[in-house]
Amino acid sequence: MTTATNRLESTLAGIRMKTPVWTASGTFGFGEEFADFVDLAQLGAIVVKGTTLAPRRGNDGVRIAETPAGMLNSIGLENPGVDFFLADILPRITSYGMNLVVNISGSSAEEFGELAARLDVPGVAGIELNVSCPNVKDAGILFGTSATAVASVVRAAKDRTQKPVILKLSPNVTDIVPIAQAAENAGADALSLINTLTGMAIDIHTWRPVLGNITGGLSGPAVKPVALRLVWQTAKAVRIPVIGMGGIRTAEDAIEFFLAGASAVSVGTANFVDPTVTMKIIEGIDTYLEERGLRNIQELIGHLKT
Amino acid sequence: MTLPSYAVEAEILESKHVIPGVYQLTVAAKEIARTAQPGQFVQVLIERSFLLLRRPFGVADTDPNKGTLTMFYRLIGKGTRELSKLKAGETVNCLGPLGHGFDLDARQPLLIGGGMGLAPLILLARRFNGKAVVLMGGKNRPEVFWSELFRPLCTEVLVTTNDGSAGVKGFPTDLLPSLLEQGNHDRLFVCGPQIMMEKVSEIASRFSVPCQVSLERHMACGLGACLSCSIDTKSGKRKKVCKDGPVFWVEEVL
Ligand SMILES: Cc1cc2nc3c(=O)[nH]c(=O)nc-3n(C[C@H](O)[C@H](O)[C@H](O)COP(=O)(O)OP(=O)(O)OC[C@H]3O[C@@H](n4cnc5c(N)ncnc54)[C@H](O)[C@@H]3O)c2cc1C
Ligand SMILES: Cc1cc2nc3c(=O)[nH]c(=O)nc-3n(C[C@H](O)[C@H](O)[C@H](O)COP(=O)(O)O)c2cc1C
Repeated sequence: MTTATNRLESTLAGIRMKTPVWTASGTFGFGEEFADFVDLAQLGAIVVKGTTLAPRRGNDGVRIAETPAGMLNSIGLENPGVDFFLADILPRITSYGMNLVVNISGSSAEEFGELAARLDVPGVAGIELNVSCPNVKDAGILFGTSATAVASVVRAAKDRTQKPVILKLSPNVTDIVPIAQAAENAGADALSLINTLTGMAIDIHTWRPVLGNITGGLSGPAVKPVALRLVWQTAKAVRIPVIGMGGIRTAEDAIEFFLAGASAVSVGTANFVDPTVTMKIIEGIDTYLEERGLRNIQELIGHLKT
Repeated sequence: MTLPSYAVEAEILESKHVIPGVYQLTVAAKEIARTAQPGQFVQVLIERSFLLLRRPFGVADTDPNKGTLTMFYRLIGKGTRELSKLKAGETVNCLGPLGHGFDLDARQPLLIGGGMGLAPLILLARRFNGKAVVLMGGKNRPEVFWSELFRPLCTEVLVTTNDGSAGVKGFPTDLLPSLLEQGNHDRLFVCGPQIMMEKVSEIASRFSVPCQVSLERHMACGLGACLSCSIDTKSGKRKKVCKDGPVFWVEEVL
């Protein structure tokens, strides 16, 4: 398996990473599901599925649909709840030696604060605030599209935890920059983007929506150009690090995100296609740096020539 | 205990058009063939196609010595159409063996299958070393081509067809009560259409015969990560078809 050289080592919001390759929330379970395929300790961090205060059963009916070069999902934040995570899951997975970032979702700023407080425990490397899940009616999206709401959620979390707080941005907005800046000003330690783009698919034989939830979140290669553009716009506008994601499945894809200004990249849907993909991406980035005589990934980040 | 899964480039050894719309695919995948248990499945990636996601298919049979793995699939949509175009010598990427298979602890097993649900029962019958009876249903004579595959593996092969063109006219569930009345079976293993599994489950509970069913849900990863295939269970606990199943005890899920 991969042995990453120190060309790939860096620190992001205080999180020391062997490589700048993360896995995206909701696409990598708790990491352990991929232990047969991936040396989990080589990943920069794994981001755990969206966690809420109470358990959630998620949406009914068909929850995924394949679309051209992508997929729609409407899982609806199914998760066992934060208490179960802390008591049953966290102790089991710490032995893998990976940086664990917990993605959290709440229906009020207070809930985000409460979750951040409960997760301020050893074994958790950081908190990612999901204010942009398109699949949940009561939570998320409303926060993600308003700069003031995003700021209040970030402050609520920062007040209650010592851990680095990452704000995950929604692509479903007219202008991402003011929202990113509001998060930065409210004290976010990093930004991650993009979450999925809202979409839908229809079965023309039954005249019904393919997804039980009617609409869902689009991810995979289809969203990459949009994600790259948003990462570039955001990285230019803030001083905190940006974690870029959306459709990454090769080292070349990842390098585009670094050039656009991402300090780390996160791999989502591609894990479903090839469970070993993150290791291939790490190897590919390392080879790219070596071939170009670059000593560190920092020499790529934000070096887009315009 | 969970054995490891593998993602392997699997050369296609044979792709056979068995009856209209149904294909038999045999690939070289020695790691998977060595450890696959009846009821487990593989996620097949058709590389160099425009498709993104893998497609799940049951492990129908294996030859651990030759390192081969056989699946049967019906043409449904884009993925199975692409798969059917591939020829011997080309490759698919197989991820598996995945999931939780059948419990092999039975003295007089009765296997009940309808349509493509018969595929995983082949390996199950093989593991029972000739002591299983299989009860199968299909639309018509071509759709019960399976009977020839089960004959060398089972003590008895019982066939029903909807149109009566082979075996008894009707459904497997028409024959089931009289079979269970004789008290010859201590375990039922069922894979087929939802409605068939529900009816079998009803009859099984009437005769108090423990019964396992194999479920199907849309899934992306097959590894328990994406949560596409979550189901409710009787206990209220959510389970994943890909990881906790696809095989479940009937009272847990129906
Ligand atoms: C555990 C398991 C084992 C299976 N074993 C077999 C088998 O041995 N033989 C066989 O013929 N079929 C089997 N199926 C069903 C098979 O996976 C689908 O028929 C196949 O995925 C259809 O793909 P498509 O691209 O041709 O159809 P499309 O309709 O174009 O597929 C679109 C999407 O829906 C998914 N999908 C469509 N139908 C199903 C379904 N019934 N179950 C799960 N996903 C579906 C596809 O995977 C794809 O992501 C199994 C399904 C599961 C979950
Ligand atoms: C099945 C699935 C579940 C997801 N669940 C979450 C989630 O719980 N929280 C979250 O912030 N993002 C979630 N996402 C979004 C991903 O983390 C990621 O932002 C998005 O998929 C874009 O990356 P990709 O194209 O590489 O998949 C999910 C995505 C998928 C496909």
